[in-house]
Parts: sequence; structure tokens; C-alpha cells
Amino acid sequence: MDAEAAKLIGAGIATLPLMGAGIGIGNVFGNYLAGALRNPSAAASQQTNLLLGFAFCEATGLFGLVVSFMLLFAV
Amino acid sequence: MAAGHSPMEQFEIKPLLPLDIAGFDVSFTNSSLWMLLAVVASAAFLTLGVKRDGIVPGRLQSIVEIFHDFILRQTLMPVMGEEGRKFFPFVFSLFIFIFFTNFLGLLPYSFPVTSHVAVTFAMALMVFAVVLVVGFFTHGLRFLTLFVPSGVPAWIMPVIVPIEVISFLSRPISLSLRLAANMLAGHTMLKVFAGFVVSLLGAGGIFSALSIAPLLAGVALTALEVLVAAVQAWVFAMLTCIYLNEAVHLHDHH
Repeated sequence: MDAEAAKLIGAGIATLPLMGAGIGIGNVFGNYLAGALRNPSAAASQQTNLLLGFAFCEATGLFGLVVSFMLLFAV
Repeated sequence: MAAGHSPMEQFEIKPLLPLDIAGFDVSFTNSSLWMLLAVVASAAFLTLGVKRDGIVPGRLQSIVEIFHDFILRQTLMPVMGEEGRKFFPFVFSLFIFIFFTNFLGLLPYSFPVTSHVAVTFAMALMVFAVVLVVGFFTHGLRFLTLFVPSGVPAWIMPVIVPIEVISFLSRPISLSLRLAANMLAGHTMLKVFAGFVVSLLGAGGIFSALSIAPLLAGVALTALEVLVAAVQAWVFAMLTCIYLNEAVHLHDHH
């Protein structure tokens, strides 16, 4: 296979972490909502943890983006 | 999209004042300029805010106090307890610098300093070095017990300890990549949507009318990026607190 083509395919495959990030972010917000509806009085105090979990999940997907960019522009 | 305008162009480092010292390129670049502007803006914001130092704070002073309390009472002390106070200047400086560079980077025609791993990795290495110094200074060689979790059966130790060491060593990488990748992705996405608007407008007819859709998406994404800029600055500060807490308290909770 042509090296350039392999690079582009690899960059495409490197976007797959977005699946995990999507599942993770859905989990974070879904579980927060479920917990918040069961115990609304505790919801406000957990908002910082919510954002922390969201940021971690999002960053994991973005690591895939970094790999993708490295394949496209740096390799 | 106009030819020759890649969404990655915004991350290009351009030397403004070319300088060369002993074979090293130490030019004053657009990145340096926006770092300097962030320092000037944050210094002005903080010093002007507390200049009057009233018991009843004015508008600017309240904002400065919100920043101060947010880092000290809602980030540092819940993680580290009362001992966290002595690390407040370090964590607060990191937070304010990242916060201001992130936000100045959102201005049109500015330069997103924190989208470069070189910048964030330098900060992450600094955090790593402080953790090591604090850890070895307070505990001596007992600091190495950080890699030996308690309550784990002995036969599994040969597996756990290397994993702990590797995860400890990869912290500066994940800490810096998290911030840089978030900024890089956000700014690229904004430029890509801006490119959609331009190419749809140029297509003429019904397509020109449709260009409102990516424009609205761009506005929504800008709002998201404002959130991300603040959250990532805070996440960096929060993780610094967590790492420092491990260095001070090892595994036992305060």
C-alpha cells in the first residue's frame, strides 16, 4: 500500500476513540441526571464533579484527535 | 474554503522579532506576544482589583475575590485540607495564566498559546518537578511507597508497582496533552465551521441562504469553547492539587 494512503487510513482509524468519548460523556451526564432526579438536594453540590468527569472523558477522545493530527501533519 | 487557508494555519508560530543566541532560535514570536499579553492582562486584573482593598468590595474586586475563593476554598482546600494553603500561590498562578491565555486565544486574530504542547508540557513538567521536590522533601525515601498501594496482596505487587510507576511518569504527558488537545480541537472546529460559512456563501443561490446554519453552529460552538477554556484551566489546577496532595499525604487521607 502507498505510504500516503496508509497514513490517511490510519488518521481515519484514529478517530475511533470518539466512540468511547461519546459513550463516556453520555454516561457521565446520564448518571448525573439519574442521581439528580433521585436526590435533587444533592445535585448542586456534585456539579463540579460532573464537569471534572466531562472534561476527563472529552480529553480521552481528543487524544485520538492528537494521534490523527500527528499522522496527518507530523509523520 | 478559500484555497490555501487551512484550519491549521492559525496555530502557525511566526517570529515577530527574530533573535538568535548561540545557535538557538529565541525569537519573540506571536506565541510569546500573547503569553506576554496574558501576563499583563492578568497582572492588571488582579492588582487593579485589590487596589482599593475595600471591606465592601467593588465590582472588579468581587470578581478577583471570586477567583481567589474558587481556587482556595473550592479546589485546593477540599483536596488538600488546611495544608493546601502554602501551595495556593503556585496553583493560583497556573490557573490564572492558563485561564487568561485560553480566553485571549478565543479572540479573533489572536493566538491560542495553550494549543501548543510545548507550552503546556513545560507547565506540566513544572508541576511534576514540584510534586517530586515536595514529595522527597517531606517524606524522604518513604515517598517511594506511593507506588506500593496498601491492602493489595503481595503476589500481585510485581504487576501493580510497574503500573503505578508508569502511570506516575505519564502524568505530565496526559496533563499537558489534555489541555493542548482541547484547545487545538476547539479552535480547529471553529475554523472549519467558519470555512463552511464562506464556501456556502460563495456557492450562490439557495446555498447562500443555507450558510446561516453553520454560522449558528459556530456561535453555539464558541459558547462551548468559552466553557471548555474555563473548565480546562480549572481541570489543570485541580489535577495539580490532586498530585500535590499525593506528594504531601502519600496514600493516607487527611
